[in-house]
Order: sequence, then C-alpha cells, then structure tokens
Amino acid sequence: MLMYCKISSEIWLVIFGTLVAVLLRCCTMLHSYSGEGTPPMYGDYEAQRHWMEITTNLPLKDWYRNTTDNHLDYWGLDYPPLTAYHMYLCGAVAGFINGNFTKLHDSRGHESETHKLFMRTTVLVGDILVYIPALILYYYTCVQLDKRKEEAKKNQKKGNKSVLSLKIFDPSLSVVLGLLYPGLILIDHGHFQYNSISLGLFIFAVICILHRWHISASIFFCLALNYKQMELYHSLPFFFYLLSTCIPKPGQTAISGLVYLTKISLTVVIMFIVIWLPFLFDVEDIRQVLHRQFPVARGVFEDKVSNIWCALNVVFKFKSRFDNFQMMRICLFTTLSAILPSSADLFLRPNVKKFVLALINSSLGFFLFSYQVHEKTILLAAIPVLLYFPYAPFMCFWFLCISVFSMTPLIVKDQLIIAFAALVVFYIVSFRVCIEHSFKSMFNSSEGLVEYYRRIGVILFNIENAKNLKLGTVIMLTYHKILLNKYALFALILHMTILFSLLGCAIIFVAGLLLDPPSRYPDLFPLITSVYSCIHFLGFFVIFNVKQLSLPQDFGDIKNMKIKSS
Amino acid sequence: MIIATTFLTCCVKLLLIPAYRSTDFEVHRNWLAITHSLPIDKWYYEETSEWTLDYPPFFAWFEYLLSFVAARFDKDMLKLDNINYASDKTILFQRLSVILSDFVYVFGVHRICQALPKGWKKDVVLPILLLTNCGLIMVDHIHFQYNGIMYGILLISISLMLRDQFKWAAFWFAFLLNMKHIYVYLAPAYFIYLLRHYCLGQTLSTKSLLTRKLYLNTLQLAGIVLGVCAVSFLPFASHLPQVLSRLFPFKRGLCHAYWAPNFWALYNTADKLASVILPLQGNQTASMTGGLVQEFSHSVLPTIAPGVTMGLTLIFSIPCMLKLFYMDKNPFNFLRCLVLSGLTSYMFGWHVHEKAILMAIIPLSIISIAEPADARMFLILSTVGHYSLFPLLFPAALIFVKVLLMLLFTSYAFYSLHKIHLARITRFALPLLNIWESLYLYGLTCVFLYENLLHKALGLQTKLPFLPLLLTSTYCSLGVVYCWGMYYLDFLRQEGAKTKSM
Repeated sequence: MLMYCKISSEIWLVIFGTLVAVLLRCCTMLHSYSGEGTPPMYGDYEAQRHWMEITTNLPLKDWYRNTTDNHLDYWGLDYPPLTAYHMYLCGAVAGFINGNFTKLHDSRGHESETHKLFMRTTVLVGDILVYIPALILYYYTCVQLDKRKEEAKKNQKKGNKSVLSLKIFDPSLSVVLGLLYPGLILIDHGHFQYNSISLGLFIFAVICILHRWHISASIFFCLALNYKQMELYHSLPFFFYLLSTCIPKPGQTAISGLVYLTKISLTVVIMFIVIWLPFLFDVEDIRQVLHRQFPVARGVFEDKVSNIWCALNVVFKFKSRFDNFQMMRICLFTTLSAILPSSADLFLRPNVKKFVLALINSSLGFFLFSYQVHEKTILLAAIPVLLYFPYAPFMCFWFLCISVFSMTPLIVKDQLIIAFAALVVFYIVSFRVCIEHSFKSMFNSSEGLVEYYRRIGVILFNIENAKNLKLGTVIMLTYHKILLNKYALFALILHMTILFSLLGCAIIFVAGLLLDPPSRYPDLFPLITSVYSCIHFLGFFVIFNVKQLSLPQDFGDIKNMKIKSS
Repeated sequence: MIIATTFLTCCVKLLLIPAYRSTDFEVHRNWLAITHSLPIDKWYYEETSEWTLDYPPFFAWFEYLLSFVAARFDKDMLKLDNINYASDKTILFQRLSVILSDFVYVFGVHRICQALPKGWKKDVVLPILLLTNCGLIMVDHIHFQYNGIMYGILLISISLMLRDQFKWAAFWFAFLLNMKHIYVYLAPAYFIYLLRHYCLGQTLSTKSLLTRKLYLNTLQLAGIVLGVCAVSFLPFASHLPQVLSRLFPFKRGLCHAYWAPNFWALYNTADKLASVILPLQGNQTASMTGGLVQEFSHSVLPTIAPGVTMGLTLIFSIPCMLKLFYMDKNPFNFLRCLVLSGLTSYMFGWHVHEKAILMAIIPLSIISIAEPADARMFLILSTVGHYSLFPLLFPAALIFVKVLLMLLFTSYAFYSLHKIHLARITRFALPLLNIWESLYLYGLTCVFLYENLLHKALGLQTKLPFLPLLLTSTYCSLGVVYCWGMYYLDFLRQEGAKTKSM
C-alpha cells in the first residue's frame, strides 16, 4: 500500500492506540453486566432491553405513560426522547435478529449469549461511531488552536517559559490515554449503559466551541442533552459562554449582538421542537415525559456516592432530618452557589481556554452538591477533565484515577473486579510509558522521568561551590533558590502527593476485598471509599476553580472582531 | 520495554479470564485431580475421564505442584469424578496459573534479547513481537493451554545456543522434551548443530574425529540428555510401555477434527474434490471433518498410514540437516534450521494440531529482525498461521477479540519490520512482500468474510456445515506450504560461509 510510507509514526500511534482501546472494550464485553442473572429486577442491562421492547411494541404516545402494557415501576423509560429513538432503532434490529429479544411481556428478563453479544455490540457501535472520533478530533483541534496562538504570541514577545513545564501534551499520546480511560469502558461496556453517545455528542459541541462555530455547538449540545438529561451538568458553561459571545464587542452595534443571540436561541428552540415533535401535541405528554426524567422521590442519594451529602451523612443524617422537597431546595441553593464563581467568571471575562475548565467546575459542582446523584455521574466530570488532559497531564491523571476509584462499590456489585484491576493497571502503565516517552523527546535523552527528577533536583538543591561554604549559608542559598523556582517544588510535591494518594486508593481497595467489615458497619469500605474520594474531589474543585479564575480574559477575540467589523 | 509490555499484555490476559474455554480446560483440571489424588504409579493408568494424562512426566509433576495451590482455591476441582467442574474459583485459579506461568516466557524473551547484539531492534521490536504474539494469547489465554511456560523454556534454551553454552542448552531442551514431547519436531536441528559444533569441533577432518575432546563432549552431552530423561521416567519405570502408549496415541486420525493447514489438508481437499468429480465407487460418504477425531479412509487417493508420514518427514528433513551440518558455525543458521525442522514436521506429521504452527512462528520472530528475507517469511507465515487458529475460537462472542488481536499484532509486525529493513514499497503491495503474496494475504479477509457472513447468508449452513472450515484450512495450507518451500529453498541456496550480521 502506498499509504504505508506516507503515514507518519505519530498517526500510526493513534491507529494502534485506537485498536488497543477497542480491543480492551471488546475484552470487557466478555465480563458480566449489571444485574446479570438476578431476577426480578435485574439491572441497567435489562432496563435498556426493556426500553427496546417498549419502544418497538407500543405506540409512541405510550412510551412514557403508565399503561397495562407499560408498567413504569418496572424500568419505565426515564431518559429524554433521543434515547427512546435510539432504543427504537436498536429494538428494530433486535427484533430482526430474534423476535424473542423484544417480545412484549414475554421477553422480560431475557438473557442469552447471543442477546448479550447483540447488546454489547450496540454499545460498541455507538462508542466507535461517536465517542472515539470525537475524542481524537478534539485533541487535534486543541493542538491546532494552540499552535496558532503560540505563533501569534511569538510575534509579540519571546516566551520565557521554564525549562521543565511541558508545553501542550502530544496529541497522539493524549488520544491513546484518553481512549484508555477505564471509567467509561467499565460503565459502558461492563456495567452496561450508553454514556459514550451523549458524551461523544458533548465533545463534538466542545470542538465546535473551540472553532467558534457557535450554532453547530448548540446543535450538538441539544442532541447530547436530549440523549441524557444528565448533560444539564454541562449546560451552564455552554449557556454563559454562548451568551457572552452575543455581547457586542467594542466596534460592534448592539443589534448585531441581538441578532446573534436570536440565531443561537432559535437553533436551540428548533432543535428541541424537532426532537420532541411527537410529544408536543398534548401538554399532558410533555409533563409526563418531564416528570419521568426528574424523579424527585428517589432521595438525595441512593447507594454510597462520593459527594458532600453522602460524606456529611456520616456525622449528620440529612435523610431523616429533611424531607425530599426540603433537601432538594438545600441542594439547589448549595449547587448554584458552588457553581456561581466559575460561571460568572466565564460570562464576565470570557476566554476559550477557560471553557473546558468551566465545564469541569460546573459538572464537579453538580456532582458534589446536587440532588439525586449516582456514582456513575462522576463520568460527566471526568470527561471534561479528560479534555483538559493535554494542559495538565499529571493533575488530570490523578483526578481520573480517583474518579475510577470512587466507582469501586458499583464495580464490586457488578462483579467487574478483574476487569477493573486489569483496565486500571493498563491505564496507569500506559500513562507511565507515555510520560516517559514525552519527557524523553523533550530532553532528548535516553532517560525520561529519571532525567526529569534529576533536573528538578539540580534546580532546587544544586549550589555551586557548596563545599567551600558554611552550612548556614548553604541552607540560605538553597532556600532562596527554592523560593525562586517554586514551580519545580510544586511539581515535586504534586508527584509525591499523587503517588501517596493512589497508594491509599490501592490499600482501601485491597482491604475492602480481603477483610470482612465489622458486623455493625456492613458498608464500612464503600463508605471509606466515598469519603476518601469526596475529599479529593473537593480539593480538585478548589484547584480547578483557582486555575480557571487565574486565567485572564482573552482580548484576542475582541481584536479579531475589530478587524473583521472595520 | 519488556516490563511495560509484560504488564500491558498481562492486563489483556486478565481481561480474558471469563472468555470461552475449550475442552482443554477440563483436560487440565482432570490432570490436576489425577496428580493430586492418585499415587504416581496410577497416573498413567487412570481413565475415569476420557481426557487421560498424555503429556510426559515433567508436565505431570508441574500439574502436581499446581494442585497444591489449587487446593487453596477450591478443593472440589481436585476430585477425580467431578467431571466438567468449573466453579468461578476454579476458572480463576486455572486462568491465573497460565498467566503466572507465562513469566517463564517473559524471562525467556529477556534472555533472548540479552543474547543478541546491541540495538533498538532487540530492545523494542523483538520483545513486543514475542510478548504480544497473538497466537500464543489465543491458544493459552482463551482456548486454554500452558504453552507459555514451554515456549519460555524453549527460548531459554535457544538463548543459550546463541551464547554457545551448549551443555545448558541441551539440558533445557531435554527438560522441555520431558514436559511436552511435541517439541521433538525441533530436535533434529538441535541434534545436528550440537553434533557438528560441540562434539566435532570447528574443522571437519578425520583427524579431529579421533581427539579426546570429541569423546568427552559427546559423552557429556549424552549424559545430560539421558540423565534428564532418566530423572523424568525412572519413577514410572515399572510401567514404561503404558506411559509410552499414552504419549503416542497413533489410534487418532491423520488429521485433527479441523485440518491443520499442512500438506495433508491439501491432500484431503484433493481427495474430496476428486470424490465429488469422479463417480463414487461404493458408498464412502463419511465426512472427514465431522464429529470427533476418528480414523478414516480416503475415497479416491490412497489412504495414508502413520509410517508414510514419518517417512516423508524424515526424507524432507534430511537435506536441510545436511546443509546445516556443512555450514559454518552461526547461530542464526541454527535458528533457520530449527524453523525448517519444525515446519517440515508440521507439514507431514501424523495428527498435527494447528497450534503447532507456533513452533515455527516463535523462533522465526527472533530472526525476523535480522534479514529482510527472514522478515518476509515471518510476515507471511505469522499472518497465515495465526489466521489458521481462528477456528479454535469459534464462539461468536470472541469474533471481535480474535480479529483485533490479530489485526494489532499483524499491523505492528508489518510496521516495525518495515521500519527495520527499510524496504521499498510497490504499489498495492504490503511492505517487504511482492504483489502476489500481498494479494494472497488480502484474500484472507475474503475467506473471513465468507466464513462469517456469506456462508450464513447463502443458507448453506445445514447443507455444507464444514465448508468454511475446509476453505480456511485449504486456503491457509497454500500459504504455509508456500512459506515452507520458499524458506527451504532459501536455506539450501545460502552460502555456508556467509556471515550474517545483525
């Protein structure tokens, strides 16, 4: 093949990485799914199968309604219409393969090897078609934009970046690591859900924002939101950022801003109308669909979740003190006040670079403080962190590991422990290999990490002619040196903390597997897990907020606008 | 690189724990039970299960050792009459034992890399090619066998041959033979190379034949090999014939249920075709691929007796052995001859399993980084050979896994060997291959598509249920026969004195 020699080794890396990621997904498919062989309710797997049954057999109107053929108590449809349409499509294929897969009533609790293969394949198809291309495209977009900016900067002044700071992480390595993120693989291909579709659509929306294609960004985001209402966690940054672009820049008239705003809002409205069209003819229908999607009655949290309420529940029993409605109001208030700083900052001092950070802050804020949170919801915060990966690889790696760790109670319940261990070790080892590789190419030496630590050591502690000086002066000199090179010290501390924190995770996980909890506290280890991760998430929430607030407003936008408008 | 690759492949192996297992899983569980619960003089008599112990004593001892660990997982798997027992813990234990025993293979790879001259080829490419060998993963970690530990010992022995430590090499090879006797396929190359370069010494003359050194070395070698065999078989001395009858069951047929892609597959196909085309005499319609392994007779072509296969193997081994004998001392030529000896036995052997192709592929991957010609053969043989393992993993759930495993390994092999040998690429051809060979390999995709999609779509499943298998083994055997022939001729044409450099 002629292509063979033309493709650079970087592209080959992406190809191999993608193939490996798909291989891992295929291997995870062999493991058990949630609720395998546990009648009468089974789990998420049965829920999705049940929706295929409902959507293919009942008229559209009855999908969200409690009828004799559709008992909402048994896995009633509680996702927006796009999921329902997708399930209809899958159900049609399922019916074509084997009528028993989706037979009304009779197929309840249907489990077989071929059916498992079919269901797993539908997830894989969604993943390969939406999520994987989105992630690959995203990393290359962000490098492109970064390069453009760097060139612009070079013209202005010489960069005086420190020797040690990684510039932007190599996109092909980011792609490989991003695709290997164990959390999504475990939930989608192990536990069984279709998160990759809504998250992939969401990533497409982010790509469009980076390119400043605001209309298509809102289209993609509407699609994502209408696939899973959980995408509301990401909606505030989109809302505020798009709103900020409508504010007339210097040199623009107020009308142009207004026109832009109308354009965007019209797009959103039209998207919603199109998607909700079958349900729009009856107000009762809309109410029913909405009611299904926001079940207040399920309480502030169900199992052990790594958010504030579950962690504080150890000392203060919220569930018994407040009723659900009161609790919801408390949650709403705290969530909004937690997200306010980052949203306000994004609106008042807009900058594309802030956007991904604002997404992290918003979704993490929701995860920590909002009502009716599930372990899996951490994925909504993890994906923006995955998107931020090229800018702060170590920090993001740490977050991603903790996010997977926080899901261990769910993983143990689904009997995915082997898959979990294998995928996490695979991820950590590949991170190590990638970091080694990128440091090697940065320092141009045969050692990667070792060279990095050596250089940090030199920067921090190496004093010339140390032998001839007194001990006191040496300490003083070292102290000054460290003060001058704080960033190196921070890097060192960060790496150490990551190491110890991950060791802590490993210890808790292994202890939970090997030791029997005391009979008084049967949920001891899940609780320790969630409190441990919750502390981390709070820390991350603060750090990412600080990161976002310390980024300046982007005036480049305004300058470009001026040139265009004049 | 070895460490990282090991970790990564281990993770994939762990993920494969719940995958489909063949009857070999039950075979090994039964052997655990036999060795654990019976005294050693009954090991080779036991026949409660149809899967009697048919590996040499060292492997039985290995199972014996494993059984003590197994007892800590689940005692029930060690009961003889617990046929087809597969509790979660049993599966976990058996799978883990394969994964852990693979570390012998990792050590073997490490030794091989140490024994080769310096260079990034052996630091990066060779470990990856050896450790991620998809055939080994498919056979050991899905189908279920303990080949990893065996190939590990083989690699250790080869690495010792590369360093001229002949006595130890012979020791490990004899040890290997006493674990799984199928490695006797490779024995001729070992025998000739050791005879020529250890026993006889550098120059071939009548004078050197009579030195004291000759006798000493020969005696030492013979002592080592016979000693290992004695240690292995002495405890069973009282019933040696019974042991041997278990080890060499000639009652099985010429070919396995699924024909390994060798010369006999072509022979059988020709026979089938002839029986379809020519008018049938009598009613010999017994299907050769159907059902369990049975003796069968050909309908048109003469039926093959075990003696014929042995004769043919011998005849075709002699030329390359003679060539090796008269060549100068060069471990790479030994490796080439090793590959040829394995392939020749695979080609003509009696009741060959498709898994035996790994015996040629694994040594060939070591020399693939040396010369473009070797790399070319490696690429064809590994692609065809690994593809021919697909029918072993027939469940539909594994289809993605096996395809991806093979795709990854094959594309990496093409990519890295192309980089090493910097070959020119002609239009539409794969690197290092010519257009016809490439077309042949592209053809594998057609075979795959036919087997998995078209055959069902055409509705031939009930009418011709074995056609896909027949097609696969015939198509693959063309490639394997081609590789064997080309590599053989290449080897014979080689100048003996030519020194190969890495």
